Amino acid sequence: MEATTVTRPRPEIVMRGYREPPKGWLGWLSTTDHKRIGIMYFAAALVFFVVGGAEALLIRLQLAQSESTLIDAQTYNGLVTMHGTTMVFLFVIPILAGFANYMVPLMIGARDMAFPRLNALSFWLLVTGGIVFYTSLFFEPPTAGWTMYAPLSDNAYLPEGGVDAWILLIHLTGASTVIGAINLIATIHNMRTRGMGWGRMPLFVWTVLVFSYLIVLAYPAIAAAVTMLLTDRHFDTAFFDPIGGGDPMLWQHLFWFFGHPEVYIMILPAFGIISEVLPVFARKPIFGYKAVAASTAAIAFLSMLVWAHHMFATPTATVVLAFFMISSMVIAVPTGIKIFNWLATLWRGSIVFKTPLYFGAGMVGLFTIGGITGVQLAVFPADWQLHDSYFVVAHLHYVLFGGSVFGIFAGIYYWFPKMSGRMLGEGLGKISFWLMFVGFNLTFLIQHSAGLSGMPRRVYQYPDTGDLELYNLLSTIGSFVLGIGVLVTLVNIVRSIRNGKIAGNDPWQGNTLEWFTQSPPPPNNFDVIPAVRSVEPMKDIRREVAKGAGQQAGSVAQPVA
Amino acid sequence: MRGLRLRLILLVVIAALLALAPEASADLISPESGPSQNANDIDTLYKITLYIGLVIFLLVETTLIYSLIKFRARRGGPEAAQIRGNTPLEISWTIGAALILVMLATVTFIYLPGIKDPPASKASAIETAEGSDYATINQKEPPGGSALHISVNSQQYIWRYDYDDSKDQLFSFHTLYVPVNTTVTLKIYSSDVAHSWWVPKLGGKADAIPGHTNETWFRADEEGTFDGACAELCGEGHADMRTRVVVLPADEYEAWAEQQTADIKAAQQGLAEQRKEREAADEDAGEVTPTEEKKTTKEEKHPPPPPGEEAAP
Repeated sequence: MEATTVTRPRPEIVMRGYREPPKGWLGWLSTTDHKRIGIMYFAAALVFFVVGGAEALLIRLQLAQSESTLIDAQTYNGLVTMHGTTMVFLFVIPILAGFANYMVPLMIGARDMAFPRLNALSFWLLVTGGIVFYTSLFFEPPTAGWTMYAPLSDNAYLPEGGVDAWILLIHLTGASTVIGAINLIATIHNMRTRGMGWGRMPLFVWTVLVFSYLIVLAYPAIAAAVTMLLTDRHFDTAFFDPIGGGDPMLWQHLFWFFGHPEVYIMILPAFGIISEVLPVFARKPIFGYKAVAASTAAIAFLSMLVWAHHMFATPTATVVLAFFMISSMVIAVPTGIKIFNWLATLWRGSIVFKTPLYFGAGMVGLFTIGGITGVQLAVFPADWQLHDSYFVVAHLHYVLFGGSVFGIFAGIYYWFPKMSGRMLGEGLGKISFWLMFVGFNLTFLIQHSAGLSGMPRRVYQYPDTGDLELYNLLSTIGSFVLGIGVLVTLVNIVRSIRNGKIAGNDPWQGNTLEWFTQSPPPPNNFDVIPAVRSVEPMKDIRREVAKGAGQQAGSVAQPVA
Repeated sequence: MRGLRLRLILLVVIAALLALAPEASADLISPESGPSQNANDIDTLYKITLYIGLVIFLLVETTLIYSLIKFRARRGGPEAAQIRGNTPLEISWTIGAALILVMLATVTFIYLPGIKDPPASKASAIETAEGSDYATINQKEPPGGSALHISVNSQQYIWRYDYDDSKDQLFSFHTLYVPVNTTVTLKIYSSDVAHSWWVPKLGGKADAIPGHTNETWFRADEEGTFDGACAELCGEGHADMRTRVVVLPADEYEAWAEQQTADIKAAQQGLAEQRKEREAADEDAGEVTPTEEKKTTKEEKHPPPPPGEEAAP
């Protein structure tokens, strides 16, 4: 901060010169405030979560019975494609971007993002991408799966515009995500407050920084790939057409060169949320701050080297498969380090059982299962049986739902009081957690067995052999319990926005700077920003206040004019 | 008191699971296997990873649950210990995790040849072709080079099996008939989009990528019917693109092959005869008319054929 070339001293009260935003919806449309943009990211992502969830329930309804004729094949393939695409590009990434947008400036003591207008552009590109994609419902939705493998996605096989809508979605949300990532990188590098060196940066900000770099590295690959697909479809190029000298394997390599880092892009900020939530509710510092931050960077680096483990069944030389097995196993080491550090953070703590902790602890337990099955999948001869079966469906949901979504829900319950000024209902929160936890395991644990019994993924019908029908029925029942659990949290959010208990500045006794300001924060975030002297500035402040004036801890934030 | 009861319940549940695991049907916890060595080796390898994984799972989950119960904030309870880390501990669990993975990779490489390389046919198998004509890309020839060579051609939405060793044309759709105890090597092609050949009881899957040749093998040591399916989303009929391998005793297989060859020959002769008949009929009618335009001019010049001949196809 000292190195900036500002010649005039920084004004003490930045509210001066602040223009009131227009009232009502125009204020939201034209806003460049990171908090309002963050909330809009949230709202949009939750809408898409409901849509994607409804698609998932339709899929489960169809699979409840063997050889079911409820939904026809192409509708089912469309549902599978829409569900995957929606959850990845329109729910998980946007809601993480929402957390990053809202929380990163507050946590580093900044007044906004580095480029507020680009920030607004990111959000509106995302919304446009979602709308473009969903308009395909009115003509012909894409049916080649969210991986959109060529040559099935080529115009010879799917000439309808659904695939083009998907390509445009990737371009629009991709641009949105990359612009957002560059913005976050600039913000985190340049706008940290006095005293916040790299070693004092909150772990959530660390994970967001790594997430952003990973986006900048991985997204160009998919942008190139979908552009090539677009020209293959409409301008007679043959990048993926073997008859014209192209190669379908090229699509798989390009897609997964993006697709595997994408998996970590979706989980790293959730790791960050857990690394914030567990210490606060265990009333203990994070165990091994440096190891947790360093393992984040290590995971990101390695995630660029594991993509072909999605291609173990393709005609590829064994030595290549062996390389990708070993690289995929190596990535389990930094991931394991994180899990051990979280366990050690809880160990000998004084654990306060609030809803964020439920989801946080649930995430640690469920993600562990996804991590273990991930190592099993890395063993490439075993993957020849497991690949593209329901075992993989189970694995990826343990990582993405058990990991990312439980982490996201921990974040929602943790930060909602800061964002709205009101607490989410604890009772409904715990009901939601238990429904989701039980429903999730009922849905996905048994899917491992369905895959091991030979059920391929993405089939709208399966034969009634062995216990397949029982497995699938259990899974369908579980998915509806899970859906009700999610619904309870959505109801909780809607109720609490108006009727929740008033939160106050620091309801959880947090460690990081966002709890220093009001809830919700004023437009300029802070009038006074305390100097940061450790990784837990709020703890320092509470200690000083308790020592000094004998005031109540938890009400130390400065009033804002 | 409460913690103790919970721990007891947990212990009982774990004990019950361990007791029931071997009783549960095999496909509940491990891949399909049985007739073919590659599937059996994959099954064993998978189980090794599963047991190592289970140990780690139990370690993590019991620590998690124990911590949550034991270190719950209580009125008048102990303050949280302000520990920020423990370098020797952190280094040791990093090394521990790495060692487990080195072990797993080693075990994989020990099992790999048995899964990847086709063995020789059993002594009781039928005579099969020497493999010298069939260059492989990424898969060894079985010792002695003798195997039944099959080309698997996948297309939306059916599997065609070509018997490359047969002197006369021999192929089948959907169902692959093979003799028992005989090594079968498969070359897998696609003529349109990506598919994946997977018969779980006979081993892992092999993707069929247009423009590429993939390879796999099996040797069924018992007779039976084994079902499989396409494992790569390939379009509307993906779920219906199922397949079946029927493993027959040697004599029954040979009888089938003879019959199938004869049927194919008969069908082709039938087709050829049909074509000749049609051509003969066309010639008699004087109607070798490549275009509609020509036909009309001809009709102007010549009177229409007598009614009897018009009925010819």
